[in-house]
Amino acid sequence: MSFAQTIGGTRHVFDDLRMLMARASPPRSGDMLAGLAAESAAERVAAQRALADLPLRHFLDEAVIPYEADEVTRLIVDRHDAAAFARISHLTVGGFRDWLLGEADGAALAALAPGLTPEMVAAVSKICRLQDLVAIAAKCRVVTRFRNTLGLPGTLSIRLQPNDPVDDPKGVAAQILDGLLLGAGDAVIGVNPATDNVDNICRLLAMLDGVRERFAIPTQSCVLAHVTTTLLAIGRGAPVDLVFQSIGGTEGVNRSFGVSLALLREAHDAALALRRGSVGTDCMYFETGQGSALSADAHHGCDQQTLEARAYAVAREFSPLLVNSVVGFIGPEYLFDGKQITRAGLEDHMCGKLLGLPMGVDVCYTNHAEADQDDMDALLTLLGVAGVTYVMGVPGADDTMLAYQSTSFHDGLYARAVLGRRPAPEFAAWLDRMGLAERTPELLPAPMRGALA
Amino acid sequence: MTAPTRWTDLRRFTGARVALGRAGHALPTAAHLDFQEAHARARDAVWSELDAPALAAAIGPGTRRVASRAADRRTYLLRPDLGRRLRAEDRAALVAAPAPGSFAILVADGLCATGVQAQAPALVAALRAGLAGAGWAEAPVVVACQARVALGDEVGEALGAAAIAVLIGERPGLSSLDSVGIYLTWAPRRGRTDAERNCVSNIRPGGLEVPAAARKLLWLAAAARRLGETGVGLKDEEPVGLGATQAAGRVEG
Repeated sequence: MSFAQTIGGTRHVFDDLRMLMARASPPRSGDMLAGLAAESAAERVAAQRALADLPLRHFLDEAVIPYEADEVTRLIVDRHDAAAFARISHLTVGGFRDWLLGEADGAALAALAPGLTPEMVAAVSKICRLQDLVAIAAKCRVVTRFRNTLGLPGTLSIRLQPNDPVDDPKGVAAQILDGLLLGAGDAVIGVNPATDNVDNICRLLAMLDGVRERFAIPTQSCVLAHVTTTLLAIGRGAPVDLVFQSIGGTEGVNRSFGVSLALLREAHDAALALRRGSVGTDCMYFETGQGSALSADAHHGCDQQTLEARAYAVAREFSPLLVNSVVGFIGPEYLFDGKQITRAGLEDHMCGKLLGLPMGVDVCYTNHAEADQDDMDALLTLLGVAGVTYVMGVPGADDTMLAYQSTSFHDGLYARAVLGRRPAPEFAAWLDRMGLAERTPELLPAPMRGALA
Repeated sequence: MTAPTRWTDLRRFTGARVALGRAGHALPTAAHLDFQEAHARARDAVWSELDAPALAAAIGPGTRRVASRAADRRTYLLRPDLGRRLRAEDRAALVAAPAPGSFAILVADGLCATGVQAQAPALVAALRAGLAGAGWAEAPVVVACQARVALGDEVGEALGAAAIAVLIGERPGLSSLDSVGIYLTWAPRRGRTDAERNCVSNIRPGGLEVPAAARKLLWLAAAARRLGETGVGLKDEEPVGLGATQAAGRVEG
């Protein structure tokens, strides 16, 4: 159906829900690249007014990508929980924003999550300011468990990301020790491999597991290989804690990543069968990012933020331990500068949280984006206030394998200190036992000294 | 190497920025300014231009030059779609002199020209020697400006090549301003996705050296010929230690 809104004497018409959502999106280079962005500030506000007046029920009647054409749409429709939705079924998008900012609390939002579709949360995010994105997300409570407990109130976790350009085990291990000395690693110790070679992945998995066991660290490890490679590694008996995969919001973008819902289900089942979690069974780790669908020419005329929210529907199907947007990684053709990256990071975090995900954000930028450390400090601080589940920890903020800048171990310490957050409780207790909770000793703790011999 | 006993000993084991010390929770001043300098240099590298005539001359006689439809660097950064398409006249020129069934090589500036300028001649020479030994028909090497990886699909298609290797400048990082990647695509044609390619990455001094990179690419080329495909269907099961490859890695534009 089409929508119309008159602003300052000009009538703006939007052909369908997909177009309305795109025109209502705050500006970003990826939507301009796709030819979907509003052509004027007035058209954007007209679309936002029309979107605000739209009943939430409408999202159950009009799909942005047809049910018959896309398995992600089928997943969203088939899994929608009408009973959970009943609480807000009388609201418009604008009324939903008011309710989220007003009476909604953590318990109500947790109960509501299965009744929300990605398109509903994407729509409300488009009429939110940054402070709304922060305030709403800060109400959400999402707790997940594998070998420790993530997402508890008052905590902020860090993924220790010890990437090495040639997957040298000693280079990886040295970065792990550096991160542990600076309080990182409770979300996961997760390596992006430089090579998807199966032998190499198995070798890294064994090394990570050895480090974790040697120091009895209450955390989980992951080698972020393609899901098919991880399945081969499981077949060879490798110690796989978490199965990783990059995912997107359409069947087509997932195909471009070489995955489908069926393949993810197979991988989830394989990881569950290993029964390696000690306090829980959440064993999937997903990464997403605005722009991936357009990059794969699989966006179906939808704006990138709506598609990003649809990726979260894929994620929540598999009860993940961790989900993060790699917000500044995908490039300036999708998010041009620090302003666009900041907004997108806060949108992704809130949308993921409303849909019930343990949402982290890779606060990051590449060297061809118009962004710098000041932008990252601002986004990290805003996300911390918003209650982000975890951020990345990279030595000195410089990932020497992926060639981009993310948050450093130091940034994690800063955020925890200024916000009064602690690591996951099991990991915090381990830091205490190792004498690392308050300071970094110049001499390595005794158990670590023989580690790289 | 002896086992580390002090925090600073970790630096012996990695080029990453470990053991930087602490000023409260933050970086000490010297480490902070080291980072700022590295970022400034990387920003400048993104805007470096490929000297295509010099590179073509260094690669050797018969090297051909093309350009994408992105007219300048800013357009290239904001319009990747244009960086994946050949100018019409360049496509016509390739179609007019095809190399059916050959193994084609495209050398492209990508996101940083510095490493390609320096390393492509040696890489191309190593690949050509190996390909000839494996019985491949050779296509003329093509050098492209303002090019994305997928420009190789159109170049390979225009040449009628059986496969194409795209040697391309990788996005500069703070610790690697000169890195080259090679993307291998079987049966190149417009519309191929990144899941249909294999990649050998991080080719630079101090990273993967040229001989090891060429050897790995040749191993992948032989496997691709045997399987009739590249991408996630071609698993790198070569024993460890022969270099770094990647199939469909992290989400990236």
